[in-house]
Amino acid sequence: MAIAVAIFSRLLKAAITLLAIAILNFFLVHAAPGDPATVLAGEAGAADPQMIADLKARFGLDQPFYIQLARYVGNIMTLDLGYSFRQGQPVLDLIMERLPATLILTLTAFWISLLAGVALGVAASARVGKFTDTLITGAALLFYATPLYWAALMAVLVFSVQLGWLPGFGYETVGSGYGGLARAWDILKHLILPALTLGLFFMAVYMRMTRASMLEVAQQDFVKTAKAKGLAPSIIRRRHILRNALLPVVTLAGLQAGQLVGGAVLTETVFAWPGIGRLMFESLAARDYNTILGVFLVSAAMVIVFNIITDLVYRLIDPRIGQKA
Amino acid sequence: MKLLKATTFLVAAAMATGAAAQQDGGRLDLIVQPEPPGLMLGLVQNGPTQMVAGQIYEGLLRYNQDLEPQPSLAKEWEISDDGMTYTFKLQEGVKWHDGEPFSAADVIFTTKFLQDNHARFRGAFSHVESVEAPDDNTIVIHMKEPYGPFINAFEAGSMPIVPKHIYEGTDYATNEMNNTPIGTGPYTFVEWEKGSFIHLKKNPDYYLDGLPHIDDLYYRVVPDAASRAVAFETGEVDVLPGGAIENWDVARLTKMDNVCSTSEGWEFFAPHAWMWLNNREGPTSNKLFRKAVMYALDREFVKDVVWNGFGKVPTGPVSSKTNFYTDDVPQYPHDPEKAKELLKEMGYDGTPVRLLPLPYGETWQRWAEAVKQNLEEVGISVDIDSADVAGWNEKTANWDYDMAFTYLYQYGDPALGVARNYIESQIQKGSPWNNVEGYVNPEVDAMWEAAAVEPDNAKRQDMYTEIQQKIVEDVPVAWLLEIEFPTIYRCEVKNLITTGIGLNDGLRDAWIEQ
Repeated sequence: MAIAVAIFSRLLKAAITLLAIAILNFFLVHAAPGDPATVLAGEAGAADPQMIADLKARFGLDQPFYIQLARYVGNIMTLDLGYSFRQGQPVLDLIMERLPATLILTLTAFWISLLAGVALGVAASARVGKFTDTLITGAALLFYATPLYWAALMAVLVFSVQLGWLPGFGYETVGSGYGGLARAWDILKHLILPALTLGLFFMAVYMRMTRASMLEVAQQDFVKTAKAKGLAPSIIRRRHILRNALLPVVTLAGLQAGQLVGGAVLTETVFAWPGIGRLMFESLAARDYNTILGVFLVSAAMVIVFNIITDLVYRLIDPRIGQKA
Repeated sequence: MKLLKATTFLVAAAMATGAAAQQDGGRLDLIVQPEPPGLMLGLVQNGPTQMVAGQIYEGLLRYNQDLEPQPSLAKEWEISDDGMTYTFKLQEGVKWHDGEPFSAADVIFTTKFLQDNHARFRGAFSHVESVEAPDDNTIVIHMKEPYGPFINAFEAGSMPIVPKHIYEGTDYATNEMNNTPIGTGPYTFVEWEKGSFIHLKKNPDYYLDGLPHIDDLYYRVVPDAASRAVAFETGEVDVLPGGAIENWDVARLTKMDNVCSTSEGWEFFAPHAWMWLNNREGPTSNKLFRKAVMYALDREFVKDVVWNGFGKVPTGPVSSKTNFYTDDVPQYPHDPEKAKELLKEMGYDGTPVRLLPLPYGETWQRWAEAVKQNLEEVGISVDIDSADVAGWNEKTANWDYDMAFTYLYQYGDPALGVARNYIESQIQKGSPWNNVEGYVNPEVDAMWEAAAVEPDNAKRQDMYTEIQQKIVEDVPVAWLLEIEFPTIYRCEVKNLITTGIGLNDGLRDAWIEQ
């Protein structure tokens, strides 16, 4: 019961937050210089005043600002993300078209980084100060410090251009006619480089976090008690230390999960991955207002949803949290 | 009656290709950059749209690399001696991709459709009195006045013929068929996976026997310039259209085995780069300062280093590839001493000028840096003022700059692509594609007006020569480069570029050696 009330109150707050974010986004996007009509006219390489006026009228940009805002708020209240005049499609369709590709990429990267990061962190903490520890921390520092863009290009150069093992860009082999398993295998091969590139940074972060947290928890009294009881070290590590050490990692994972939708712009660009980050970036450059606002809104909603999920996961890992509240 | 009857296409093709046997089949992967906003050529006319949709839609005419008209949807055409009547005979047995027959009614409808949606068409057709179709295969255009460049206004990008049966009576901009374009061209639309690729396939019912040759075209969307170079290197794509990769990658890729490159196929557009110098205010409003800028610039250096030797240093407003060009104009060689003298003469006080580069990638950034360095060598202080595409549009369209990079297409005739940047009536805030620098010279305006409606080509040449001389003397802008965008492709792709708009309509004739 308590948990249902907690979720309901969170959802209510979330809806209000989301509305505030949407309105703020609207102001931000319109504050940028230029508008979709002039960009579209500009790209045509020829324009007369009539063309700009026609486009502005078609996009509703000839209306006063407050009316545009009121229309937008009215639309999102009815869950209508609007129409992309630039691409001639409803924004929701554009987002749904791109969402699967992005989720495949970001979720793969998310799980790789989380699982590998925690495992490496545990391994490093178990052999603290030894060679394994130095090796793992050293590698993590390297991943942590390497700019994503550069790592991506190097990965392409080595594995795609030089060795020819993996495709360097794209989501699948275009026009291959693959179906079923062959297609899944094809997508998987395309997925490896971008997912690793995207996952490396967070893997390093999880690893460092887990290691530090494990070492800290290991100093606490209840661990000494467990040792005194004569429990096996592996059980102590797994059931007593790790479980308590995971809380900060979950916090961080919640933050990363919030970026599942909009956080892969660079990776998607370098690897020509047809995802939502690129849609956002390209729409921003084209001042395609409705599309940018739509992507922003979906991203914001994801952040809020994952915040709630994170809170729920806390309760699972540490049942005391819900009771205290 | 002046008769401009062209040979049938097949004869022309045979002459162009020699006797080589053309092979059918195969698949071609090309880069399209950036991803086009739409493919309905009547509604959207930006570069990437023209490149893809130019295979789907057709114009009445095409133009060869000497910019002479060639048959397309019109198989024959006549211009009356007084230049007042244009008669087009249409191809017979042409079908739209959905099977509906094409006829003169579609052409008449197109003139109305484009009137609402195509700025360049609107400009050219402002000289037209009326259009009529005496029968299903004939179009007659009556002019208000003779307009020399009119015959250059019929290629697919300038006047794409759109299907009446799909658009009549609908809201053009929101018609659902915009997402599955129907044309008469050699390739039909199959699928567009946004962010990934556009797939076109051979039109089996194309009205020219034996064409096209290639089965499938895939236009690939790869947003990062370095990744596009890799895509070509690894064999994923076969054709890199001009401008698809950064210039420094061109040399590396063209050294690979079995890779060909050409700078042909841009003759109709003749992209011409310059810096707008704000004629209204600041140091750039002074003619001596503008001349000093011209002498200060080392344009050959930029051509050789920033553009890897591609292109040509222009002599003035008209490209050497465009009709009615002359090099008989005042010259501005690289002469820093002369520039310093001019600055001294004008009493330049060191007021800094803002330089706005084009936000089209690294090449343009390097170019702005080279210009800054040249200008600072003669004592002009320069602040580079960067913006993204929308910001660039906003600043130039509202004249908020001192010097701004740009480049424009010329469309084969000074009246179509050049005049708009120099005549007073084209000073219109809100668009970056007109007389943005604010150049006003009523004497030259009158000459532009007279030259456009002069039916005699020899007289037009004299008039345009004088116009070029006068404008080059006034230096309203700083002409930088006749840009050449090399197209890079695998050598087994043959006949890729046969017209003045190159890849934009070239896939009709291209074939792949197996």
